[in-house]
Amino acid sequence: MTEPLRLDGVDFAHDGRPVLRGLDLSLPAGTITALMGPSGCGKSTLIALAAGLLTPDAGRVARRCARLGIVFQDPALLPWKTALGNVGFALRGLGLGRAERRARARAMLDAVGLGPGDAGKYPRQLSGGMRQRVALARALAVAPDLLLCDEAFSALDAPVRAKLWQLLHELRARTGLTILFVTHDQDEAMEHADRLAIMAPGRIEQTASVDACISAFTSRMNAPVS
Amino acid sequence: MARKRPPSRLWSLAGLALLLVLWEAGHRIWGPLVLPGLAETGVTLWHMIAEGRVAPALAQTAGNAGMGWVLGAATAMIAGTLAGLRPEAQRALQPVAVVLLGIPAIAWVVLALLWFGGRWAVVFTVAVATGPLVFAAAVAGVHSLDGGLVRMARAFRVPLGARLAHMHLPHMLGHVFPALATTLAMSWKVSVMAELLAGAGGIGDGLATARAHVDTAAMMAWVLVVVAVLVAVDLALLQPLQRRMVHWRDDGRGVGT
Ligand SMILES: Nc1ncnc2c1ncn2[C@@H]1O[C@H](COP(=O)(O)OP(=O)(O)OP(=O)(O)O)[C@@H](O)[C@H]1O
Ligand SMILES: [Mg+2]
Repeated sequence: MTEPLRLDGVDFAHDGRPVLRGLDLSLPAGTITALMGPSGCGKSTLIALAAGLLTPDAGRVARRCARLGIVFQDPALLPWKTALGNVGFALRGLGLGRAERRARARAMLDAVGLGPGDAGKYPRQLSGGMRQRVALARALAVAPDLLLCDEAFSALDAPVRAKLWQLLHELRARTGLTILFVTHDQDEAMEHADRLAIMAPGRIEQTASVDACISAFTSRMNAPVS
Repeated sequence: MARKRPPSRLWSLAGLALLLVLWEAGHRIWGPLVLPGLAETGVTLWHMIAEGRVAPALAQTAGNAGMGWVLGAATAMIAGTLAGLRPEAQRALQPVAVVLLGIPAIAWVVLALLWFGGRWAVVFTVAVATGPLVFAAAVAGVHSLDGGLVRMARAFRVPLGARLAHMHLPHMLGHVFPALATTLAMSWKVSVMAELLAGAGGIGDGLATARAHVDTAAMMAWVLVVVAVLVAVDLALLQPLQRRMVHWRDDGRGVGT
């Protein structure tokens, strides 16, 4: 099976202070992987390495994807552009014309629940959750085959989250999108991911399929108590 | 920062009125040769306009100041951006800017008259007097760009041209705007000063002629013209631009980060 993303023995230090040591991770195509771990263990650093924004000190990061979509932990919106302009900005990387960019940006903002009224607002006029949705729309608008989400839904309420997850599942079914998402929410991970990657400071402690986790859990629950 | 309701415009008028009262009082005390009266200056200005002396001078000064300012600001923006992006460039350009800043504008006029003469001396002086201020602001502007935005643009593979036009430039303008506004006003004053010595037309030349004739009323009339232009530029150009920027600027009234 092809792997859109694979990290082999990756070492990385921030300003000489080791953050990741010998980290291995691979994402099979079309899977959704939840990356979990304590605050400060290096999840965002891993995402930045995976996106090619940082270079590993040792080891290898292999990305085999045509288009990368990324949602940063901080929405990273241009303050002087409207929601529509922000999504359109990312689409410039695809070399599309202006009309096509606007149409795609509009459609994707609509898909994440931001109507024409909100599309014309500047980031400072949007709520925290709306900004996160603009960032998600921006990542999805490029029609990615690999999506990296760093706590993309942390500011959203349950109904909106559910709607966005439905959108992501649909996209995956249609396009075979591979997703790696960072979350601190175990329920979200169990409900939406196929695989869990549990991180300890500096490395991946364990990867397992969610089904295996659930069956291990239920068999333990059902085990005869002697 | 909570925004208070701006005080009434009447205060500005009161300030202006005070200035005019002091002017007239000075006229009464020291006589017309030192300070011509308000009425006399007004009449002289009217005559100058009627004789068609003001409009061409105004156009010429606007041309000199504008051209010098555009040249200086554009060069400084490019150099400042380079210096902001490349530490080597900053090391090389920073001392140049400091040296240029240290040279008084009047020294530039004298040198430029030797080198170019005529109106180009004026344009050059304006450019070289305003550029270093814009340069410093541009360097600071590049440095203050949020690294998160730069990473975002890289992750989405936004081409360099689009990055410059839609990320670096708007960010820079937000930072450089005050320097651009200050230097725009400065360009007028430097231009008038340089014209005074160059004698190649413009308001400065008019001032020089008035001085030669010891025509204080005409001199005051020219001063009024310069001030009127600066006020008009501020009201018609700078303030609307400032308001446009406030549109996206986080002025502390928003929520979140
Ligand atoms: N730009 C940076 N410079 C120096 N150190 C950094 C930088 N970014 C992160 N670190 C350090 O690297 C470590 C891992 O940070 P990272 O942001 O990857 O954690 P995280 O797992 O994403 O945490 P959280 O769940 O809180 O987002 C932390 O100890 C942090 O202090
Ligand atoms: Mg993080």
